[in-house]
Amino acid sequence: MPKDHGIGASPKRREDVRFLTGAGNYTDDINIHGQAYVHFLRSDVAHGTIKSIDTSEAEKMPGVVKIFTGADFEGVGGIPCGWQVTDKDGAPMKEPAHPVLAQGKVRHVGDPYAAVVADSLEQARTAAEAIVADIEELPAVVDMGKALEPGATKVHDDLDDNLCYDWLFGTDTETTQAAFESAAHVTTLELVNNRLVANPMEPRVAVGEFSRANGEHTLHTTSQNPHVIRLLMGAFVLGIPEHKLRVVAPDVGGGFGTKIFHYAEEAFCTFAAKACNRPVKWTSTRSEAFMSDAHGRDHVTKIELALDKDNNFIGVRTDTKANMGAYLSTFASSVPTWLHGTLMAGNYKTPAVQVNVKAVFTNTVPVDAYRGAGRPEATFQLERVIDKAARELNVDPIRLRRQNFVTEFPYETPVAVAYDTGDYHATMDKMEELIDIPGFAARRAASEKNGKLRGLGINCFIEACGIAPSNLVGQLGARAGLYDAATVRVNATGSISVMVGAHSHGQGHETVFPQVVAEMLGIDESMIDIVHGDTSKIPFGMGTYGSRSLAVCGSAMVRATEKIINKAKKIAGHMLEASDSDIELKDGQFSVAGTDKSVAWGDVTLAAYVPHNYPLEDIEPGLEETAFYDPANFTYPAGAYACEVEVDPDTGKVTIEKFVSADDFGNVVNPMIVEGQVHGGIAQGIGQALLENCAYDENGQLLSASYMDYAMPRADDIPHMESYVVDHSCQTPCTHNPLGVKGCGEAGAIGSPPTVVNAVIDALHSGGHAHVSHIDMPVTPSRVWAAINDQ
Amino acid sequence: MTNVTMTVNGKSVSGEVKGNTLLTDFLREDLRMTGTHVGCDTSQCGACVVHVNGEAVKSCTMFAAEADGADVTTIEGMANADGSLNVIQQAFQEYHGLQCGFCTPGMVMSAAALLKENPKPSEAEVRDYLEGNICRCTGYHNIVKAIMAASGQDVAAVAAE
Repeated sequence: MPKDHGIGASPKRREDVRFLTGAGNYTDDINIHGQAYVHFLRSDVAHGTIKSIDTSEAEKMPGVVKIFTGADFEGVGGIPCGWQVTDKDGAPMKEPAHPVLAQGKVRHVGDPYAAVVADSLEQARTAAEAIVADIEELPAVVDMGKALEPGATKVHDDLDDNLCYDWLFGTDTETTQAAFESAAHVTTLELVNNRLVANPMEPRVAVGEFSRANGEHTLHTTSQNPHVIRLLMGAFVLGIPEHKLRVVAPDVGGGFGTKIFHYAEEAFCTFAAKACNRPVKWTSTRSEAFMSDAHGRDHVTKIELALDKDNNFIGVRTDTKANMGAYLSTFASSVPTWLHGTLMAGNYKTPAVQVNVKAVFTNTVPVDAYRGAGRPEATFQLERVIDKAARELNVDPIRLRRQNFVTEFPYETPVAVAYDTGDYHATMDKMEELIDIPGFAARRAASEKNGKLRGLGINCFIEACGIAPSNLVGQLGARAGLYDAATVRVNATGSISVMVGAHSHGQGHETVFPQVVAEMLGIDESMIDIVHGDTSKIPFGMGTYGSRSLAVCGSAMVRATEKIINKAKKIAGHMLEASDSDIELKDGQFSVAGTDKSVAWGDVTLAAYVPHNYPLEDIEPGLEETAFYDPANFTYPAGAYACEVEVDPDTGKVTIEKFVSADDFGNVVNPMIVEGQVHGGIAQGIGQALLENCAYDENGQLLSASYMDYAMPRADDIPHMESYVVDHSCQTPCTHNPLGVKGCGEAGAIGSPPTVVNAVIDALHSGGHAHVSHIDMPVTPSRVWAAINDQ
Repeated sequence: MTNVTMTVNGKSVSGEVKGNTLLTDFLREDLRMTGTHVGCDTSQCGACVVHVNGEAVKSCTMFAAEADGADVTTIEGMANADGSLNVIQQAFQEYHGLQCGFCTPGMVMSAAALLKENPKPSEAEVRDYLEGNICRCTGYHNIVKAIMAASGQDVAAVAAE
């Protein structure tokens, strides 16, 4: 019988009522009296020298408040990068300046070089057309290989070349080389992890305010982590002390990573609000979003897998080029390194794993974390090369994986992380059951009867979530701690506000977090509310990304609630004239063990705030506690996914006929929300595998800058209900956080792309197209048709 | 400027608009009814769907002046008279058919239009009808379930999960 409340239950989401009735409060819904509007002028060339910007005519246009160019921002800092990666030679990565508005040069299509603030958006746009910008177009570098060639055009003139860093990690070269030399078989695969755009449905918005009365700045913004924005923008860009800077991220319409980062438009609106003495609002159009939101993925990789004569994996070696775009976005440098290289062992006990990543500047939009961030890239290459090896060796791909699984925990990988727990055979067993391997032959025969090829693709994955232990990431170059924080404020009548550093932009924290506190206190969930998204109300937490909210912030909330319980027991002990060590809390009642004496939750909370009969000599009045929680390790969700595709050999069209996922997320607080997260991740993974591609031409023009050109998954691209199962029944609880949770937000996007591509290759081989060993994503009809026809 | 008068969610409203003012801007900026959302600028995403004289319309693709005299329903007007969620809204909540909520107004308005013209749609018909509504969070699975459930069909029988 499923639980109907507390941990393990699936109560209806309380946030839904406002979203379903149009009563949500998204940033663009915020309108402040007297606000002005900004329109940014963005470069329409990928690379150019700004010769002059003449704003004189525009300044005379109706409604214009002020026009800004890069010169207005010479006195403030640039947009910072939050993670310093060290080169294999020990040198720090190259960190070019990233001004709020371009200075001297524009470096990608969409790079903002001027901004018009006016009474209305229409006036701002009209005036922008009267600005005469003389931008001399320069040759652009777009392809990473060409960007690294000697003599290539430089994105940043003050750097020696376009190499941000050359990072070498894992097993030493000699040991790795020895593994490959002793191998009975080596499988090599070259592949591209396609550039994507996160595309939360709510475009980014920023509204800056400044109060002359108290000198306080307020930024309302579409952010996953308001405290991170306050820290970066206050300390590094605008020089505003934290106590004079409030950042509010209200209802946020999806993030998927792209709303982690501090963006120039946020700094601009905050700066301009003071300069113009008016609130300043910017609302991104979707076209602007495509050329200003940080993109995701964009790796080009060669991976080699060495196996011994018994098909044991003995070495993995990768050589990756990772696109940084024109500037370093907030966490750009960490994605191809610490979120990617550390996962290259996968679920396998390969003794030698070496990863080389060259990060490259190009004249494209900056690239940063997108759902999964580094881990999808790691999983895709590893699971594709294993599948290729299985085919070359003519062994069953499931058996090959099983034989190489890590089975003993904790397990120290050759790439710096230690898996605390897991059971990869269990998820593989569950996946095999759900996909119905014995029935596949009949389903394939049925497809073939209809003139279609049918393939079965499987893969495993592991991810490092619950980001992150501060001391570890500090050693790895992070410039921030990655703990989180929660304050549990119990009111006099027993209701509770929990202020959390995590931010909910679709994850349902307002429903899930109270489930945990209610379970611990034995009171009704409706007595508990979550407060998030406003630095003036919440403790200093680091926000939501990397599947961290419950594992990190939830743990802080548990710790704070434990403090509440300890203090409440002391109060109850005083009221019951018993030692607090004899007080038990059950179902919201404090009782003396072994007696029928008890006081209710509300009696104790009232006593805390009306301390007439109260141990004031021992404890303070009130009932409010804060905890910061810094995780001891990452968490390691893992799973096994499978899908079956049909390929039309005449057109190359791929359809997904069946999809199953078997995930191990450790303990699960709200199964409904976990399944929803997996559904969303899988849809994005299917999007990457079959549909989505952010394309540039050789001049750096962005070819896919609208939903007419960028193929977002639609409802009919996703498998139908009867052939789609997401399962999370395999649960090995995390060993180092109090809830035993691992995080579920990114799994679907990590596990699904190789599943789909493996299935397509399997289908083509079944049709006699044995020459096709790989097709790059997105696996479009034209690419499949060309592969079949060897063109 | 043109004076427009229309009925929005049963109430008569009027305002001065320019010829190029979009219906969505009239709703959001002039009436401050911000439930209708804007997720793109090419009429692809469907977050702005409202009903105009009973038909689902992308309000970013219609001028406010074109809606002069029309009967407009937005997400703010979809709940029951007593303020409780209507059948479709309830089903979206029951089946977890929304996450961040940004596409949700358009999804609910499209679902209502679908069920009006096709009271018992098949799963394929629901998916086909949602071609003009993009959701990035849910993967559509639970939206499709919610719409079928709202039509009175037993989704538990077909859905494995």
